[in-house]
Amino acid sequence: MNSLSPADWQAIVLTLKLCSYTTIILLLLATPLAWWLANGRSFMRNMVQAVVALPLVLPPTVLGFYLLLAFGPYGVIGQPLESLGLRHLAFSFEGILLASVIYSMPFAVQPLHQAFMQLGRRPIDVAASLGAGPMDRFFSVILPLTRGGFLVAATLTFAHTIGEFGVILMLGGSIPGETKVLSVLIYDHTEAMNYGAAHQLSLLLLLFSFTVLLVVYGVNRRFDVAKI
Amino acid sequence: MSLQVQVTWSRQAFSLAVDLTLPSEGVTAIFGRSGCGKTSLLRVIAGLDRIPNAHVALNGECWQGRDFVPLHRRRIGLVFQEASLLAHLSVRDNLLYGYHRTPPSRRRLRLEQVSDMLGLSSLLHRSVDQLSGGQQQRVALGRALLSHPQLMLLDEPLAALDSQTKAEIMPFLSRLANESGVPMLLVTHSALEVEQLADHVLFMENGRVRSVEPLQAALSRPDSPLFLDRGPASILLGSMGDVDQHQRRQFVSGPVTLWLPSHASRTTETQRLRIAARDVSIALVRLEQVSVQNQLPASIAAIHSYEDHVLLTLQLHDGQTLLAEISHYAHQTLELTVGMSVVALVKSIALLR
Repeated sequence: MNSLSPADWQAIVLTLKLCSYTTIILLLLATPLAWWLANGRSFMRNMVQAVVALPLVLPPTVLGFYLLLAFGPYGVIGQPLESLGLRHLAFSFEGILLASVIYSMPFAVQPLHQAFMQLGRRPIDVAASLGAGPMDRFFSVILPLTRGGFLVAATLTFAHTIGEFGVILMLGGSIPGETKVLSVLIYDHTEAMNYGAAHQLSLLLLLFSFTVLLVVYGVNRRFDVAKI
Repeated sequence: MSLQVQVTWSRQAFSLAVDLTLPSEGVTAIFGRSGCGKTSLLRVIAGLDRIPNAHVALNGECWQGRDFVPLHRRRIGLVFQEASLLAHLSVRDNLLYGYHRTPPSRRRLRLEQVSDMLGLSSLLHRSVDQLSGGQQQRVALGRALLSHPQLMLLDEPLAALDSQTKAEIMPFLSRLANESGVPMLLVTHSALEVEQLADHVLFMENGRVRSVEPLQAALSRPDSPLFLDRGPASILLGSMGDVDQHQRRQFVSGPVTLWLPSHASRTTETQRLRIAARDVSIALVRLEQVSVQNQLPASIAAIHSYEDHVLLTLQLHDGQTLLAEISHYAHQTLELTVGMSVVALVKSIALLR
């Protein structure tokens, strides 16, 4: 196997950056969302849960298509940005980051939702009776008791974002250093009949994904968190 | 010093309508059948269920009314039926969870005192899943106590334990009730727990409060709901003495003295002695040459006649009440009337505290 080219490295760094940002943003967003979903029943909750789960069933091209419309210079999000003197989001890193957040949302929300459901109200009520306020309860009781769920949510989000292809191709195109992530680069290598380079990167992704899943299932067993 | 609760709430077949003021000292048992609203009442007091238009105040401090004070600012010690220990913390850290969140000026008890009182000193470094059910419940009690609550709410704390564990934890619980000085509400459907722990009893039925009475009053009326399962009984308060050369232990309350078997244990200052009414016989004079050792002079305060027996309410010389269940035949042959002086014979005595 030959060594990786500068273009390969650029794509690897970009991919890792995209995955890290997506994971951080999603953990911050998914925690309160999953908490809200786990604490009650209502029509609103069913609606939100269905919307969050959409990326699991939609073809990535459908999602990418609508995001392209929305983020583009004449879209509902792109146009206001342009009129504020900012750039629209199509074919940019910010655009594919936002798309990744939406696309990987179920992989962050569902493990947390499950973990919070399993935790139940009791430990939280107990902590409150012992004088712990809401933030204190989150850090001293909820987080440690659902850490397995957080670990699974983080690893699945990270891994799933690596595997993102359709949405990025639709929305971001293939701009080196901006939107050309590993999956897109592998596609480009293959198109160019550059099978050696494609093979090298594919194998790298294969091994990485396998390792991540191994870790996730190990964590599942250890912390007894329900899986996706 | 009082706890005020007003709540009206209904959902499907169940309705809760309570307007009461409870003494906020000692142990008040909330007694009633399953589903009578005991736990719902407790949850309203704790603020776990926020029921509209309810009013809750402790010693003039409003918890629910115009404003709603969340649970973490109420300083309530909660103990549930199943021990709810925090699984990621050791026994010691569970006990200290509330202590660390109590302002230092409010702390009066130390970890050592509480773990001594509850027999937990040797368990402090264990993780909570290494504890038996009874031990877990003791940790839950100690943890609540160490948060220095203004009020303890105990929701059937013994109901999930087997009878042996119950018997093992009961002395700790009564010690806690006697020595902590924290007012407690104890939800229970066990007359035994009421007799052993309560100072006052609140009787609940179908979401309504039937009455709130001192324990002795609740035990001196023959129709007391406390008698439904195990029959009428009296509780005598007194102190336990030493074992004499005949292997007997003395129980003293003013001028009244009883002899108990030596294995009767001594756990707290004031002891409660449960005497079932059917274990008490009546004589008109003191008997000589009889195996019964306890012969207590008393006067008949009331006579209640039932289909198959007669229940006598006796007043002992220390002022306490003793119930005696005798047959109609005995009642007629001895020609018993209210005000008569008799001797109460107590043969077997079951010691509670």
